[in-house]
Amino acid sequence: MSLVKPYAQLRGDLAQRDRSLREKVVALDEVASFVRDGDLVGIGGSTMSRTPMALIWALIRARRKKLTCARSIISSDGDLLFGSGICDHIIASWFSQSILWGISKVMRHYVETGKARFEEWSHLAVGMRFRAGAMGVPFMPIRPMIGSDVLRQRPEAKEIDCPFTNEKLLLVPALNPDVALIHVQRCDAFGNAQIDGLQFVDMDLAMAANKIILSTERIVSNDQIRRAPDQTKIPFFAVDAIVEVPYGSAPHECYGIYEPMMKHMEYYVGLVNGDPVAGMKEYLDRFVYAPKSWTEFLDLIGIEELLEASRAGRAIYDA
Amino acid sequence: MTHKPEPTAGELLAILSARQLKDGMVVFAGVGIPLLAATLAQRLHCPGLTILFEGGVVGAFIEPGRLPPSTNDQRCTVRANMVLGSADVLLLLQRGYVDLGFMGGAQIDQYGNLNSSFIGDPKHPKVRLPGSGGGNDIASLTNMIVAMKHEKRRFVENVDFITSPGWLRGNDTRRESGLPTGGMFRVVTELAVFGFDDKTRRMKPLALNLGVTREQVQENTSFTLEFDRDIGVTEPPTEHELSVLRMLDPERLFTA
Repeated sequence: MSLVKPYAQLRGDLAQRDRSLREKVVALDEVASFVRDGDLVGIGGSTMSRTPMALIWALIRARRKKLTCARSIISSDGDLLFGSGICDHIIASWFSQSILWGISKVMRHYVETGKARFEEWSHLAVGMRFRAGAMGVPFMPIRPMIGSDVLRQRPEAKEIDCPFTNEKLLLVPALNPDVALIHVQRCDAFGNAQIDGLQFVDMDLAMAANKIILSTERIVSNDQIRRAPDQTKIPFFAVDAIVEVPYGSAPHECYGIYEPMMKHMEYYVGLVNGDPVAGMKEYLDRFVYAPKSWTEFLDLIGIEELLEASRAGRAIYDA
Repeated sequence: MTHKPEPTAGELLAILSARQLKDGMVVFAGVGIPLLAATLAQRLHCPGLTILFEGGVVGAFIEPGRLPPSTNDQRCTVRANMVLGSADVLLLLQRGYVDLGFMGGAQIDQYGNLNSSFIGDPKHPKVRLPGSGGGNDIASLTNMIVAMKHEKRRFVENVDFITSPGWLRGNDTRRESGLPTGGMFRVVTELAVFGFDDKTRRMKPLALNLGVTREQVQENTSFTLEFDRDIGVTEPPTEHELSVLRMLDPERLFTA
């Protein structure tokens, strides 16, 4: 497969999608059917923010295989993707749980033993790769990465002399994921999705992808969407499936609703950085495979921590 | 005035690097000490400082005691002027609106190149580090201040891997490689403040921190440093600087 889809194929793939105005709400345990083994999966949000954690959780439970996942900055979701064995290749600019906890031992274990790849680009490069994908062009020119060893590791990017100015520029190839996983605060049943606060590269990711699975804190009426169309960041015709998952980014944050659940994160980091294999197995067994539902997973995090995270999350509007 | 505990190395770093910022600047700050130091400067001598974060935040005004765990968290947006997409805030660097980039560092070399990707051979790394994040973009596109702990293994002659470019191999190599703007400006450590020679672009001590000797700085640095005979001494943190800093980070999240 070529690095960048030829335009005819990009348009052809899109033309085959059902873009009609229809309700697309599915259950969380159905979303895995929208993702095939080997797919390139784009992940919305950044670091511990608006991570589509419930969707990733569902893919792990369905035991998808050989996924390549791309996210501008990837956190403990990257650990879970490697540690569960559903993904063996991550494209990102930064990969660790958070600067608070040093270097992810899970990332280190999988990358240093060669079991999985962490393909590093600069943050802007990841963003511009999605943007090129969203624009329907094969590349975007950028100025960073030139002169660094990050570029030396990336033969996929091409240095050129600008045809107008003769300056050196770097062309980064379009990234058009097979499927994008994006968590939003609200959307309607058709997929008109509204995002509050930090948007990261989600609109570019959405428009670049050949399929979008949305998880949403709540499904609202189309009337409500139409009251604030300027808040709509993803149009319904690009969306293929919608799951209503309250606390769908837990234990990460969702802007204006909850902050990260730090006690759970600290417990998690202690476990997996203590032993990236056994600790990860214990975490997955207990928090991913054992619960019957996402609600049961939230129950394991605990009501006290959910309430504390919610109080902090809403406090953003007090300032 | 001795009832306050001595500043930690992290606090010293935050205060000394905050002093490098000037009012009215637009600063792109990374998480940790840079975020804290930029916020400190904003509360002290730079009320008109505009702080940018890679999460997409323009004009941040961080709340005391509520430091964000990364520059991609909602806490970064409190009382900000604007929230952009993360690629778009990075594009402000490329367009030229940013006066200074401000980052921490894992490993730095004599030309101010930073490594946050690999220890050892990238093909078979001894340690895979978290990577560039926005570091490469910031360092490629604007003038840089780096605040970092001063250890011999962190101050090396040549980094194992150039994640965020400083002056590359010195002299004009940065510009010749295709990076016409920006470059490493200051490195602040708990031992000294460094600049870079205008011509050779090698790191050069500008001032020692109070009580620190040249020998001590050299012992903790893997490459040879040239000290000016009349090298200055930085002013120690004032009570006021320390108290504002401790109000901002009471739990010493970033300054332990």
